[in-house]
Amino acid sequence: MSMFLETLIGGLLSGTMYSLVAIGFVLIYKASGVFNYAQGSLLLFAALTFVTLTENGVPAYAAIAITVALLIATAIAIEKLLLRPLTNRSPMTLFMATLGLSYVVEGVAQGIMGSQVRALNLGIEDLPIFVGDILISQFDLVAAGVALALVVVLSLLFNRTRIGIQLRGVADDTRAALSLGIDINRIWQIVWAVAGLVGLVAGLLWGARQGVQFSLSLVVLKALPVLIIGGFTSIPGAIVGGLIVGAGESLAETYIGPFLGGGITPWLVDAAGFALLFVGRGGPAGGGSRGGV
Amino acid sequence: MGIHAAPALEVRNVSLSFKGVKAISDLSFRVEGKEICALIGPNGAGKSSLLNIINGVYVPDSGEIVFEGEHFQRMRPGDAARRGIGRGFQNNALFSGMSVIDNVIAGLSRHSKVALVEEMFRLPRARREESDFRERAHAVLHLFDLEKHANTPVGMLPYGVQKKVEMARAIVAEPRLLLLDEPLAGMNAGEKQEIAAVIQRLNAELKLTVVLIEHDVGIVLKLAHHVVVLDYGRKLADGPPEAIRDNKDVIAAYIGSDHAEVAV
Repeated sequence: MSMFLETLIGGLLSGTMYSLVAIGFVLIYKASGVFNYAQGSLLLFAALTFVTLTENGVPAYAAIAITVALLIATAIAIEKLLLRPLTNRSPMTLFMATLGLSYVVEGVAQGIMGSQVRALNLGIEDLPIFVGDILISQFDLVAAGVALALVVVLSLLFNRTRIGIQLRGVADDTRAALSLGIDINRIWQIVWAVAGLVGLVAGLLWGARQGVQFSLSLVVLKALPVLIIGGFTSIPGAIVGGLIVGAGESLAETYIGPFLGGGITPWLVDAAGFALLFVGRGGPAGGGSRGGV
Repeated sequence: MGIHAAPALEVRNVSLSFKGVKAISDLSFRVEGKEICALIGPNGAGKSSLLNIINGVYVPDSGEIVFEGEHFQRMRPGDAARRGIGRGFQNNALFSGMSVIDNVIAGLSRHSKVALVEEMFRLPRARREESDFRERAHAVLHLFDLEKHANTPVGMLPYGVQKKVEMARAIVAEPRLLLLDEPLAGMNAGEKQEIAAVIQRLNAELKLTVVLIEHDVGIVLKLAHHVVVLDYGRKLADGPPEAIRDNKDVIAAYIGSDHAEVAV
């Protein structure tokens, strides 16, 4: 029983890391109905900037501040140079633009800061600790705490402010939002900046675990099954989806893996997500691509 | 001529073309303050394009828009809204996932004066603004008899009711000029009467200048103070409804078009 619990809790905790990545997608999708292919590059860019700064002797808090400032500047630049000229274009056009953007961001980031693997030490011990008779990774515990805090801040931002209403308005009908005098440029800047900050948090946590390098931008692939389960427009959905994916992965590896020769984690969840697509559109929490919030 | 008050809106020598096809050619007319001005004409006459120019969605090739004495070669949609131009669309452009009340509150967005941080932590100023916005939204819902639908997602309401929500959203910020693109389209006779009555009330009680596009000429002649007839992007006639009814050119333009049977 304790083995089951250990597997389950470990899986849930690491699932919050998936949620973090998925939330970045949800934010942009909510604001523009577009799957932002560049989210992974932003995540890599954020982590790479932080690592480079700390390697050069910048204290961690200052490195965070500088990275945040850079991400905000990037969001504003993306809005001005990419999104504004494409206002009122189809979501497919915007998607292609984010695809291009991902190459630019990756290329520039690695061109300036190098493409070798860098270690990122956040000063969190990755030794497991006993809670009762269950072993839990400290790192996972901290990551889950950070994810929780982030979600609280995001829900304050989007549910308590009219930014939430304006955001949904812009996503629903840009033309109508414009006619009401909603400042869509400002909304986009805010959303991309927030998505960048979420990317920073996710990038630091994933980077500390995997090392900071190009493949970090591929952790976004982990977000796909999460989004299929949780829906593209729902932050709570992304959280629940992440937890389900994390727990499912971990339980399957322990209990089904041995029968399939082990190592099923990399593909199992994607296969499950794919199967879900056939069963029905959207998931239990998302309820369709434009469902709950 | 004696001294006239400046018109609320003046369209001066406006031309617009799409890829070489003329949509509007050298069009001029004026809309006096507090009048209901109807734009009529066959499909493709350039009516919707004109509304899009007035609220800044399209940029005219030449000519200018004068709104309340200020001249614009091009208007920007955000500017138009800030200067008091409200807009309803041909096919409702509502935020369909949101409730009726949230749609209407979205119409007040640009009047927000509190900072994001104040809203996030519900500081007193943010709370006051929130309740003020809610009150204003409810007042407008009351005007349109929509209060019972306040918390219903807009997408679940019938078309006629959605149309009212769209108008409510357009006027909650108290514009001085309201542009409506076929506000009566797709409605039954009873609904048409109701919306026409609402437009009349907005005009009379809120002193709102209205420019609307409508195909139902019978209603237009009763509702409007001033009718502008467009055909192939040109002005065919311009005057009070009585004059338009008897205008030979107008009758000719409508014969052979889809709207022949309703034209007078």
